[in-house]
Amino acid sequence: MSRLLEYLPLLMGGALTTVALAVCSALLATTLGLLGAWGKVAGNGLARLAVRIYTTLGRGIPDLVLILLVYFGGQRLINDIGEGLGLPFIEISKFWAGVAAIGVLYGAYLTETFRGAWIAVPRGQAEAARALGMPLRGEFLRVTGPQALRHALPGYGNVWLVLVKSTAVVSVIGLDDLVGLADKAGKSTREPFLFFVVVLLVYLAITAVSDKLLARAERWANTGQDLGRGGGGPRAPAREAAA
Amino acid sequence: MDLSLPLRHWEMFLHGVWVSMTLTVLSVVIGFALALPGALAQQRRSRFAFLPRGYAYFFRGTPLLAQTFLIYYGLGQFEVVRESWAWVFLKEAWWCALIAFSLNSGAYQTEILRGAFAMTPKGELEGAKALGLSERQTTWLVLLPSSLRRAMPQYGNEVVFQLHSSVVASVITIQDILGAGRTLNARYYVAYEGFVTAAVLYMALTFLLVGLFRLLERRYLRHLLPPEELRKLQKAGAGAAAFGTARV
Repeated sequence: MSRLLEYLPLLMGGALTTVALAVCSALLATTLGLLGAWGKVAGNGLARLAVRIYTTLGRGIPDLVLILLVYFGGQRLINDIGEGLGLPFIEISKFWAGVAAIGVLYGAYLTETFRGAWIAVPRGQAEAARALGMPLRGEFLRVTGPQALRHALPGYGNVWLVLVKSTAVVSVIGLDDLVGLADKAGKSTREPFLFFVVVLLVYLAITAVSDKLLARAERWANTGQDLGRGGGGPRAPAREAAA
Repeated sequence: MDLSLPLRHWEMFLHGVWVSMTLTVLSVVIGFALALPGALAQQRRSRFAFLPRGYAYFFRGTPLLAQTFLIYYGLGQFEVVRESWAWVFLKEAWWCALIAFSLNSGAYQTEILRGAFAMTPKGELEGAKALGLSERQTTWLVLLPSSLRRAMPQYGNEVVFQLHSSVVASVITIQDILGAGRTLNARYYVAYEGFVTAAVLYMALTFLLVGLFRLLERRYLRHLLPPEELRKLQKAGAGAAAFGTARV
């Protein structure tokens, strides 16, 4: 147990890396999800096809496969290009390789979440705004946008909770996140059980805090809505719909 | 990219497909056995319902990789474990993966089943009561068949997710699909071939599973099909054949 105290600052740093990884990936995934949903709703045939290929690929490939492909394949690609151009050796960052892979994968899930949320807003809402003479921007910012947000939040929360757990596999390429550091600490102290229990507890804490924040966000987004049953009830991480 | 490389080692990848699929299917089946009592306990508002609730919360709130590490690396730390009969299994990566995956899938299935039970129309249970069915009969003849149908789309997702999660097995030295890809890459010092082949295989299996569940849903959720779809089916004369809906 005393060894745990010794390693605690190290693990805290690892937990911070994990949270940073999750937040950066989520930002990328949100951007891609919004772009994808936009393409699917408003794009022409070509854009819709591109988005469809993206969501199919993104939801068909396991996270670790893409992480390995981005990290090792990307490194090889950069080496080859660099050699051809006579550039000095550039090393891919493990952190950003993880962000790229996880962000791209969960962007595919979020595309569906955002598209579904957008479709769930009745057309009459947009038409009414237009009839009242609202400009397109006002219509989106004040009428359709907030309503879509309300529909998107539960799905978004689920994707976030799955994404957080997905960050654990980035430790496989050697990132010193919570899992990676606990693995090292467990090996050097010969007490792996202890350290992995700590890892599980930290993830549980992240999940619990996310739950609280998501529930609060949903309450805020549902302001003024007659939900009949008073809120969505307790949330728990769920798996998102797959391809 | 040298495509001949994975083709020359197709046996390794085929074996990987077998390992991934068996791990996936076995963990979903064992997970079901773990989930059913817990979900029933919650449906009946048992005093012990907090146990399955806690189990599901713990395993759904933590990453599978860490759970697998805890079992594979963690348990071996204790001499009691190493000297017990269980060590025969726990020292093998495959058994540790199966245990971790089953516990994980069981947690998700507890939630799926609990949700499906809770959605059972009240009239079905009242009808069972009016017919004088015992509690056990109600469970097996009414509650389960009705709920499992309703849970089918989520089960489709669960199986696909379990397949995708099973890549964790390759991290603890198991030669599943990704394991085969990593071995290929390491042996020939290449960066793309093994991973791309693995990605293609996972994708193909995902499509296969999604298609399979679509067929099952067509059959078992037929009453929920939109009318025009149903008419198409009837026109095709697929009604009699068990899986005849495949043609549509």
